[in-house]
Amino acid sequence: MTDFAQYLLAGLALGSVYSLICLAFVVVYRATGVVNFSQGGLVVFGAYATYQLIAWRVPFVLAVALAALVTAAVGMLIERLVLRRLVGQPVFASILITLGVLFVLEQLCTTLWGYNLRILGDPWGVRTLALAGVTIKVVDLWTIAASAAALIGFFLGFRYSRLGIAMRAAASDPEAALAHGVSPQMIQGIAWGMAGILAVVAGVFIASGSRGVDLTVSAVALRAFPAAILGGLDSTEGAVAGGLIVGLVEVMSAAYLTPNAPWLGSNVHVVIPYILMIAVMLVRPYGLFGTAEVRRA
Amino acid sequence: MSVLTRNTRLTVEYADDLRLFRSRPAQTGAVLLVAIWLALPMLLGDYWATVFVYAGIASIGAIGLNLLTGFTGQVSMGHAVFYGIGAYGAAIFADRWGLPFPLWLIAAASVGGVVGGLAGPFALRLRGNYLVIISLGLLVIGQHLFENWTSVTGGLTGTAVRAKVAIGSLDVAALSLGGVRLSRNQGYLYFVWAMVALLGLAAHNIARSRPGRALQAIRDRDLAAEVIGVSQVHYKVGAFVLSSGYAACAGALYASYARYVSPLDFSLFLSIQFIAMIVVGGIGRIYGSILGAVFLTTLPRVIESVSGSLPFVSADGTGGGLTVQSLNQALFGVLTVTFLLFEPLGLAEMWRRVTRYFKSWPFSY
Repeated sequence: MTDFAQYLLAGLALGSVYSLICLAFVVVYRATGVVNFSQGGLVVFGAYATYQLIAWRVPFVLAVALAALVTAAVGMLIERLVLRRLVGQPVFASILITLGVLFVLEQLCTTLWGYNLRILGDPWGVRTLALAGVTIKVVDLWTIAASAAALIGFFLGFRYSRLGIAMRAAASDPEAALAHGVSPQMIQGIAWGMAGILAVVAGVFIASGSRGVDLTVSAVALRAFPAAILGGLDSTEGAVAGGLIVGLVEVMSAAYLTPNAPWLGSNVHVVIPYILMIAVMLVRPYGLFGTAEVRRA
Repeated sequence: MSVLTRNTRLTVEYADDLRLFRSRPAQTGAVLLVAIWLALPMLLGDYWATVFVYAGIASIGAIGLNLLTGFTGQVSMGHAVFYGIGAYGAAIFADRWGLPFPLWLIAAASVGGVVGGLAGPFALRLRGNYLVIISLGLLVIGQHLFENWTSVTGGLTGTAVRAKVAIGSLDVAALSLGGVRLSRNQGYLYFVWAMVALLGLAAHNIARSRPGRALQAIRDRDLAAEVIGVSQVHYKVGAFVLSSGYAACAGALYASYARYVSPLDFSLFLSIQFIAMIVVGGIGRIYGSILGAVFLTTLPRVIESVSGSLPFVSADGTGGGLTVQSLNQALFGVLTVTFLLFEPLGLAEMWRRVTRYFKSWPFSY
C-alpha cells in the first residue's frame, strides 16, 4: 500500500510536468493551428538557461524567472522569424519546420553548454520526506504544487484577463476578433512566449534533483505528445487531464507491468501511453476533450 | 501543323499527356542519365560509391513516402518502421528461410506493404495533425518491438544479414565487366540505381494514370473526391500499402548492402529524414524525391570531408566545439526550415525554373 502511495505521488508529479508541456502545445495549437514539435527544444533550452543563471549565483527563484523571460523571448523570436511566414501552408510544412527548429535549438544548446550532464543546482536536490511510512521526494511535492499553481494561474488568466479573453476570441473566430481590435499576429507571438514560459517551468522540474540537464531532457516533450492527443489538441482541460493520465499510467506500468510481464520488454512504460492514445483515438478521433472538426466539401 | 510536330512540348491531345518522355530534351536527358549510370561506378572511389549506394536506397524510400505524402496528402512519421520491417524481412527470408534473390526482396516488400495496409484504417478515421502523431505512436511501438522481440530481430545486439543479390552465378557483389572485376560497392551501385529507375518509373506511371489522379483528388479535397466516385477506403489504404512496400524494399536493400541491422538504425530521425528528403527535393514530384535523397545523403559526407578545416568542429566533441554529427543535425534543421520558407516546392521547382527559362528562350515566359 505504501508502495502504491509512493507510485501515485511520483505519477502525479510526472503527470503535472506533462500537463505543463501539453498546455504549451494547446496554447500554441489554438492560436496558430501548429503542432509545436520544437517544444522539447524550448524545454531543454529553458533548463540550461536556469542552470547557467544559478551557476552565476543568481538566487533560484529569480533564475527561473529570468530564464522564463529569455525562453519566452526565444519562443516569440521563432514565431516572428519562422512560423509567421508559414501561414496557409499544408500540415506537414508546419510539422517539419518545427522539427527543424527543434534540431537547431538542440544543437544551439550543445554549442553553448557542451555534451556533459550538468547538475541544475535546485534547492531540493535529492532530499526526501517520510510521511506515514511513505518516502516522498521533496521535489515531487514541489513539482505538483508549482505545476498546479501555474495551471490555475493560466486558467484564471484565460478566463478573466483581457489578454486571455483576446486569445480565446482569436482562437474561436480570428476575423471577428480582428474586427474588435485583437491582432492575431500579436496573439500568436504571445502564445509562443507562453509556450516558452511553460517550457522553463517544466524543464526545471524535469532536470531538478539527481536528474541533471542534458539533451535527453528534450525527449520528455516528445513523450508528452500522447498526453496532448489523449486530452484533445485544442482543449486546455484536456491537456491537464491527459498529462495526469499519461503520467500515472507511465509510472504504474513501470512499477507493476514490467516485473509481472518481463516478456513485454524493460521499457514498456514508454510505449503504453502511445498504445493508450491510439486506442482512445479510434473511439474518439479528437481526444477526450477536443472539439470535433466540422468539414464541408 | 509543322509547328506542332516540331515543337513537341505543346500538348494537343490526350496521348501527349500520357507520353513518358514528352520532348526531345527529355529523351536526351534519359539517355544521358543511363550514360551517367554506366559511367559513375567507374569514376567514383570506393567511399563515394558507398555514399551513392545509400543515396539510391534512400531514394526508393523517399519515392514511396512521396506517393503517400506528396500525392495522397497523408503525412507519416512511421516510415522508419516499414523500412525496418523490410530490413528484418530480408534477414529472415534470405537467411533463415533461404529464399533466393528476387523472392526475398519481394517477400520483404510485401510484408512491409501488408503492415502498412494495417495502418491505413487510421488514416480513414483521423486527419492532419492527429494522423501525424498516431504515426509517431506506431513508430514508438515498432521500435519497441524491434528492440524486444529478440527471437525475430535479435534485439539491441542486432542481426547479421547475408541476403545476397545473386541470380545463379551472377552475383552483384562480384560482377565483372569485360574481364575487369568490379568491387562490391560498384556492383551494388549499378544494382541499386537500376532499382531506383525501375521503382521510380513505376511510381511515375502510377502517378500519371488513373490511380494517381484518384490519389491527388483525395489529397486536394477528400470529401469531393468521394463524391465523384473515388473510394477513400480503396485508395487511402492502397497508398499506405504501396508506400510502405517501397519503404520496406528500401530497407531490405539496406540490410543486404550493410550486412548488419540494429534497431538503432530505424529511429525517429530516419523518418524525419525521409520527410525532409521529399520536402527538399520537391513534394509531389517523383524525380524530386531522388534529388532530395541524393542531396541530403551526400551533404553530411561533404561536411565530414571538410570538417577538418572548420575551426568550431572537432571529431568527438571533447576539445570543445561541435561534433560532426551535431553540426549535421543543426544544418539539417536549418536546411529544412530554409527550404520550407523560401522554396517550398524544393529542388524540383528550381530545376523546373531552369528548364522553363531555356524552353521559352529568348522570351522571358
